Amino acid sequence: MNASAAQSLPTSIEETLELLGQHDYIAERSLATTLYLALKMQKPLFLEGEAGVGKTEIAKVLAQALGRPLIRLQCYEGLDVASAVYEWNYPRQMLEIRLAEAVGGDKTTDKAALAKNVFASEFLIERPLLQALRGSESGAPILLIDELDRTDEPFEAFLLEVLSDFQITIPEIGTIKAEQPPLVIITSNRTREIHDALKRRCLYHWVDYPDAERELAIVNRKMPGIASQLSEELVSFVQLLREEDLFKQPGIAETLDWAEALVQLDKVVLEQELIDDTLGALLKYQDDIAQIRGSEAARLLEQAKLKLAGGRVANA
Amino acid sequence: MLPTPDTGGKLAENLLSFARLLRASGLPIGTGSILQATEAVNLVGLESRADLHACLSSVFLTRHEQQALFDQAFSLFWQNPKIIERMLGAMLPTVQTPQQQDPVSRRLSEALNTGKQPPEEAERSLEFDARFTASDQEVLQQKDFAQMSVEEIAAAKLAMQQLRLPLQEIKSRRFLVDGSGPVIDMRRTLRAAMRQSDTIPLQYKRQRTRNPALVVLCDISGSMSQYSRMFLHFMHAVTNDRDRVYSFVFGTRLSHISRHLAHRDIDVALQKTSEAVEDWSGGTRIGACLGQFNRQWSRRVLSQGGIVLLISDGLDRDEGLGLKQEMDRLSRSCRRLVWLNPLLRYEKFEPKAQGIQAMLPYVDDFVSAHSIKSFKELVEVLSKDGERRAA
Repeated sequence: MNASAAQSLPTSIEETLELLGQHDYIAERSLATTLYLALKMQKPLFLEGEAGVGKTEIAKVLAQALGRPLIRLQCYEGLDVASAVYEWNYPRQMLEIRLAEAVGGDKTTDKAALAKNVFASEFLIERPLLQALRGSESGAPILLIDELDRTDEPFEAFLLEVLSDFQITIPEIGTIKAEQPPLVIITSNRTREIHDALKRRCLYHWVDYPDAERELAIVNRKMPGIASQLSEELVSFVQLLREEDLFKQPGIAETLDWAEALVQLDKVVLEQELIDDTLGALLKYQDDIAQIRGSEAARLLEQAKLKLAGGRVANA
Repeated sequence: MLPTPDTGGKLAENLLSFARLLRASGLPIGTGSILQATEAVNLVGLESRADLHACLSSVFLTRHEQQALFDQAFSLFWQNPKIIERMLGAMLPTVQTPQQQDPVSRRLSEALNTGKQPPEEAERSLEFDARFTASDQEVLQQKDFAQMSVEEIAAAKLAMQQLRLPLQEIKSRRFLVDGSGPVIDMRRTLRAAMRQSDTIPLQYKRQRTRNPALVVLCDISGSMSQYSRMFLHFMHAVTNDRDRVYSFVFGTRLSHISRHLAHRDIDVALQKTSEAVEDWSGGTRIGACLGQFNRQWSRRVLSQGGIVLLISDGLDRDEGLGLKQEMDRLSRSCRRLVWLNPLLRYEKFEPKAQGIQAMLPYVDDFVSAHSIKSFKELVEVLSKDGERRAA
């Protein structure tokens, strides 16, 4: 299969699941359903969930799977039109004016002609939103608007306008409308509430932590070389850890980091000492680490192993 | 499994009544999303119940909190769309189960019961309500705001309306046109240059500022009861004076009341608040409530340089259990933590209670809050922003 050629859109939920699976994204069926609907209905997909549950990843995988270009707009506080939509290339414009003066040599230079010249598309710097509307040869791009909760309300309102018409007006040039609307994926870590008006234009999906079975499948898929006992134990441990009263629970990204760390250390089984030494890959707050390290880790590990043994007996 | 509708008309009808049920139980469902739902269901089909669930929730939901209510409505409605007739039968056996006490199902049951029944059934649904209320475990008291004296209201209102919190504004990364600003606005400069004949008139801009997030956490336990009315007035005034204000009250549990306080009319606002909050004048569990705030809310409301006003007397039923850690976490999540304590009015006040001792090391300012006058002192303290901690 040629990955760079544009793929046609999946025609059923099963196909969507399979498409994601082919590119190592093991999705819940409900997520696949929402994604399938978003593609079919040409609605933006709004993904909300804790950090590290694979929200951004889905856009990357989708772009890869469909052979579409991925355009990413990383949001931050104070994001404005100049960095999200377009900006004029001022130094070049200044040069152009200076040049026109030098050639014309006097004040009779036709101002109107110069203005037209200076505000032409070649002096326009396209930022992600405008790029996404421009499209490309391999079909409408995937537009990832990442961590929308980091921007402020005015940008949200602006986005509302763009997402409903898929067009942007630049005063000096005119209105640019997308021939084919891009596939929009918006993610939010919920550090603040996004306004309902924006969410209503999207299909909403809450991305949860994966259950043990799916998490194990993800670890095994992403780390083909991992010892099966290790992967079972670490997934079982992480699942128990999420039930603890922590300030920040580990996401699937942290599980994968941890698995990677353990593989790099050539380990095949989980031990308490090993957990204590590598806990930093899993937990990112000192309070959480202090709480788990030592006896608590030992207790969780024992519990995890017991659970696994129980599962094996049940299966046998 | 699912009732397969023969015609599109039947499906649309079912979706419509499902949407109505959701709306009646408090979810904001627009007409547009019903149309979307019809389209989505046609795409997904009706073969699988799980797919239908995923499909409808992606269209109807806009936030994660709605999921629990939606799930219950879904399982109730789509097992049999003739729910209105069957509803009562379906609900009666579940009344005794413990889940029925949670407010979500109560809202749903109320929504199901609104005006859809013949009169004799409506009477029975009244019994439902009575039983739910009686079965609540905690001693919950409905605070009666009518007891507030007329003069008291007038005086407090007047004073609170004049109250402006002089919190230092935070610089935004956005710009504002300003002729005497420090930064050259290239875009406007070039446009102006095009209009002029031979000069380039420089245009300027400056950075915008915005209000930092302000979180008010107010203790409404028994020991605070004589003050909590006044603090509610205060919170109402602040909420309507500036943006990014988040108000919480806590006793044995934390309640988010910003939405109720956002009513312009103070009487409506207080009425709504008093209905929404269930633990007026009970015990206090400061540590547990702050923990709840830290875990569920701090990252959502305290981003980008927020300020916390903690209103409490520091008298804790749990005797400071876990309070230290939570205060530590809270003080590190915000730019400034101000503690308003009505007990400070006693001159010989000594922070002997364990709760107070646990909290004191983590606050940036410790201010008295027992009268209108002391609120004016608060204003003075807040205007000295920036001296203690760098933004």
